[in-house]
Amino acid sequence: MAEPLLSVRGLRTHFETPEGTIRAVDDLDFDVFEGRTLGVVGESGCGKSVAARSVLGIVEKPGRVVGGRILLRTHAGDTLDLAALPQDSAAYRAIRGPEIALVFQEPMASFSQYYTIGNQITEAIRLHLRLSRSAARARAIELLDMVGVPQPSRRIDEYPFQLSGGLRQRVMIAMALACDPRILIADEPTTALDVTTQAQILDLLRELQAKRGLAIILITHDMGVIAEMAHDVAVMYLGRAVETGPVADIFAAPAHPYTRALLRSIPTVLAKPRTHLPTIAGSIPMPSARPAGCAFSPRCSEVLGDVCRQTEPPAIGEGARSVRCFLHGGAP
Amino acid sequence: MITFVVRRLLLAIVTTWLISVLSFAIIQLPPGDFVDTYIAQMAASGSSVSAQAAEAMRKMYGLDRPFYVQYGKWVGRIVHGDFGESMEWRRPVLEVIGDRLWLTVLLAFAALIITWGLALPIGIYSAVRQYSIGDYLFTLVGFVGIAVPNFLLALVLMYFSFRWFGASVGGLFSAKYSLLPWSWGKVWDLMKHLPLPAVVLALGGTAQLVRIMRANLLDELRRPYVVTARAKGLTETRVVLKYPVRAALNPFASNIAYLFPFLVSGSVIISIVLGLPTVGPLLVEALISQDMFLAGSIVLLLGVLTVIGTFISDLVLMWVDPRLRQGMG
Ligand SMILES: Nc1ncnc2c1ncn2[C@@H]1O[C@H](COP(=O)(O)OP(=O)(O)OP(=O)(O)O)[C@@H](O)[C@H]1O
Ligand SMILES: [Mg+2]
Repeated sequence: MAEPLLSVRGLRTHFETPEGTIRAVDDLDFDVFEGRTLGVVGESGCGKSVAARSVLGIVEKPGRVVGGRILLRTHAGDTLDLAALPQDSAAYRAIRGPEIALVFQEPMASFSQYYTIGNQITEAIRLHLRLSRSAARARAIELLDMVGVPQPSRRIDEYPFQLSGGLRQRVMIAMALACDPRILIADEPTTALDVTTQAQILDLLRELQAKRGLAIILITHDMGVIAEMAHDVAVMYLGRAVETGPVADIFAAPAHPYTRALLRSIPTVLAKPRTHLPTIAGSIPMPSARPAGCAFSPRCSEVLGDVCRQTEPPAIGEGARSVRCFLHGGAP
Repeated sequence: MITFVVRRLLLAIVTTWLISVLSFAIIQLPPGDFVDTYIAQMAASGSSVSAQAAEAMRKMYGLDRPFYVQYGKWVGRIVHGDFGESMEWRRPVLEVIGDRLWLTVLLAFAALIITWGLALPIGIYSAVRQYSIGDYLFTLVGFVGIAVPNFLLALVLMYFSFRWFGASVGGLFSAKYSLLPWSWGKVWDLMKHLPLPAVVLALGGTAQLVRIMRANLLDELRRPYVVTARAKGLTETRVVLKYPVRAALNPFASNIAYLFPFLVSGSVIISIVLGLPTVGPLLVEALISQDMFLAGSIVLLLGVLTVIGTFISDLVLMWVDPRLRQGMG
């Protein structure tokens, strides 16, 4: 396979709170390739959104990227370790928008209600591409047209609250693509939408990917969406990827007991797409009180014994496939 | 949008009417009237007023007629610009009030500007740098500002500005100008005297506004649209000022007018302490001596000014809030 555009290794993002350190992302690895979609899946609170914000360098206090590498191949062709850049540096700001962009869950809440969508889209264009006001506006109208907003030259002067939910999410995507990023992080982009609109937005993302070779990181709870959209999958549990690999392999032969549990919770993917994950036995431990050994061991039905409870399983695998579980070897 | 303006306008008219009834009624509430007070005063100084003389006075001021007739006569004359005679001063009410009304408005306005000028930047700083030393410091100063009565503050400031500048503070004019007609020199004199009372008047409100701004902004800073803005690669300053601050400011537009009555009532004590020629002390005197026309006129004028202020701030709110402007509100 080709070189990844983005390669995350051993990423750790911790929140220092008065109650203790919350290890929201802890030793996370994944790769993102041009023209492919990486589906990131896992239960609520496993650190998906924090991982996305870590990549963009917009983790809010008291959070901080405390370790690991975020290797990005830029437009210019060189490789940058984003984890080594200060979040508020000009160099990092130049990444946000032109290299990596973000679309997320609540299209209403993700826009400011005090400015027109045109204002909010052109802002980034003018900042990064240094276009004149009128050129930026023309480009924004073009973008709106591309994502399927009808009458874009009229809509551009409307406020977000004047648009429907689906249209807002389209505008959000247009805004994310304003500066031609190569990587788009979509954090549950369809959760707030109805089923028909969901399908339309996912279609749009696929179409844009085909047209522009966009690499997409698609964060979701929804195995149905993964099955439909993703090429590769990273299954996250308590801040790390417990299993990664091509979507077909993972669906055909899930290696980690957690992945199996997730898949069991939707036995018929095709008959019942987009079912939310029913809860798996036991509750998710707090990221501040990570169990010793394999973090999933307290809930695991296939636990091998003390080895799982005492030792951290290393990542094992060949090629694109990797799993952290002693069932597949690696036991000391 | 038009509906909004019309609705607000109707509301303003109804409110004005209610204020006029109330200001008239409140003055009527205490038992006895001006003539009783007058008789009592005369008795205290040794002379007496005959029953006929008292009756004649009551007739002259319409005090023997039913409430609504007195009210009607009062309103009728006000419409023609005649606010009646001050019974205490025995001069037309408008003449007694004179410049005091405008000076009151000016003082309140100056205090408002200071309140905003201080509270907004401090509130923004405290929210963005939450739990920093500066934030704690402003919080401490703010609580002191809220807790210390402002007349005490006025006295302290008076003392220090007397010590340091040797100037007699108090009043809004130097002795030289206070009785002269308006001139540029007098305006400049006023400008020099205005800051101290305005600051004193502003501080309590400032401290409260800082708390509100800080809380609003902390709330807004956690919203997803802030993440969106950051993800565009804007500088943090630009992100904060353009988006969450803008959102946190919105409620303040509607606040302009609501601060006004608060500032006017706050100015009464300060005006007494600092000897300011505002309507506050006049109103208190008028109430004590039951100088009905004077007190009623002051209450009415302040009330009407507040209504106008409220209407203006509604217009401002409509202008700054796209949801209202687009007729969705
Ligand atoms: N600002 C913060 N301060 C402290 N802890 C935080 C903060 N933001 C996130 N966390 C913690 O980080 C962990 C991961 O949160 P994150 O939002 O990434 O979860 P998620 O996988 O995106 O969940 P969901 O599917 O519900 O969106 C959570 O346990 C959360 O409590
Ligand atoms: Mg999330």
